[in-house]
Amino acid sequence: MNNTVGVLALQGAYQKHIDILSRLNIESRLVRKAAELENCNALILPGGESTTISLLIQKNGLYEPIIDFAKNHAVMGVCAGMIMMANEVDDKRVTPLGLIPFKALRNFYGSQVHSFTADIKLKFNNSTFKAPFIRAPGLENLTSDVTILARHNGDAVMIGAGNHIALSFHPELTDDTRIHEYWLSK
Amino acid sequence: MINTTDNNTADNSTNTADGAFEVKVGLAEMLKGGAIMDVTNAEQAKIAEDAGACAVMALERIPSDIRRDGGVARMSDPEMIQQIKDTVSIPVMAKCRIGHFAEAQILQALEVDFIDESEVLTPADDTNHIYKNDFAVPFVCGATNLGEALRRIGEGAAMMRTKGEAGSGNIVEAVRHMRALQDEMQRLTRLGKEQLMSVAKELGAPYDLVCYVAEHGELPVPNFSAGGIATPADAALVRQLGAQAVFVGSGIFKSDDPAARAAAIVKATTHFDDPAVLLEVSRGLQPAMKGLAMSEIAEEERLAVRGW
Repeated sequence: MNNTVGVLALQGAYQKHIDILSRLNIESRLVRKAAELENCNALILPGGESTTISLLIQKNGLYEPIIDFAKNHAVMGVCAGMIMMANEVDDKRVTPLGLIPFKALRNFYGSQVHSFTADIKLKFNNSTFKAPFIRAPGLENLTSDVTILARHNGDAVMIGAGNHIALSFHPELTDDTRIHEYWLSK
Repeated sequence: MINTTDNNTADNSTNTADGAFEVKVGLAEMLKGGAIMDVTNAEQAKIAEDAGACAVMALERIPSDIRRDGGVARMSDPEMIQQIKDTVSIPVMAKCRIGHFAEAQILQALEVDFIDESEVLTPADDTNHIYKNDFAVPFVCGATNLGEALRRIGEGAAMMRTKGEAGSGNIVEAVRHMRALQDEMQRLTRLGKEQLMSVAKELGAPYDLVCYVAEHGELPVPNFSAGGIATPADAALVRQLGAQAVFVGSGIFKSDDPAARAAAIVKATTHFDDPAVLLEVSRGLQPAMKGLAMSEIAEEERLAVRGW
């Protein structure tokens, strides 16, 4: 069986995800064109700037191919990637992919001086994760199809639906591989 | 373990290390693979964002105009920066003068997302740069070589950019600085541990950062390129030489069709190693900024030599 994880590499922190995957001995490939999704069995939408990534998804003809890919493959979205997974965004500059039914709130935690690191509790294994939040987005309008996997100060910051997960913080900026491992085991 | 708290309280997590270095570098990581564009008003900021810029640099005059006008170049009016912040949703950066920590304090109070302690403005201190570790907002600084880059990181810079020659529209200095930096980093990886203290002395750089570079072959913070990028091919060139993202200053709004050029440079930055895409985005653009040969810029007018 093929075990290659695609990492959308239009803009943002894609290399950090590749570094984590390589520490887990998992093959990865950069995805910048639709053809590069072939032979991938999962996809990471990394953090970056969501307006830039949204625009480049459109310009590179990746919008429909990613939606099709997600119908039968696992997708993980981080920060800007999480915004892209929503079915609604509070900003018309971003056209989300609608992979999970929720509304993403851009820059929910404010500008960079309000970025922070927080210890959050991961519900799937009841352990603590030191999570960096960088100009992080928020989530709302979560339906019953969506499982909340972690909260910060009461607000959802990590959710799951089917094989997909979406996070408003950045596991790839840490040395901690547990969240990637959890997603890949789903 | 006995859980005595209710569900709601158990979900409450604790904030730690607000403004920690990792969080500052985190934003720099998010800007990788993107183009950061100089803008002088809200209208230009909107054009940059619509073209796919991953951040904008708000400043009153772009470098080529600063060069033309002469006089003292200072931090921009906070009102103008605020208007840009209100217009775009991407990160907004602003420049302060080298060593001018009061300008930096003002920009932090304004909540810009990144401060560029920049040689493009007239230096305020001819000996010292800002002690950037004292700030919650991250800083980017320019460098022409490894020693300068490591001194800035030692002071707390969360992102480096090679300086190039701002406002020249000429890529030659950006290439020179990126090659110098990459060559020096490669050299360190080949040295023995016993040689690194001597290198730290030679470079005038903190010893622990010299050791980091020797072990990893790269800077401990993201490294971008600036100064002279005017075409999609320029962006692709510095990316292939190791720049993780590009700053485009005068190159966009001094060209004849800023929106198209901005979009082309964004795409070239993403597909920097794909000549077919580079060909496509390079076709049919209106003329680039005219630019200056280095021989046309007097030594005393060069910006890259500012900083110590």
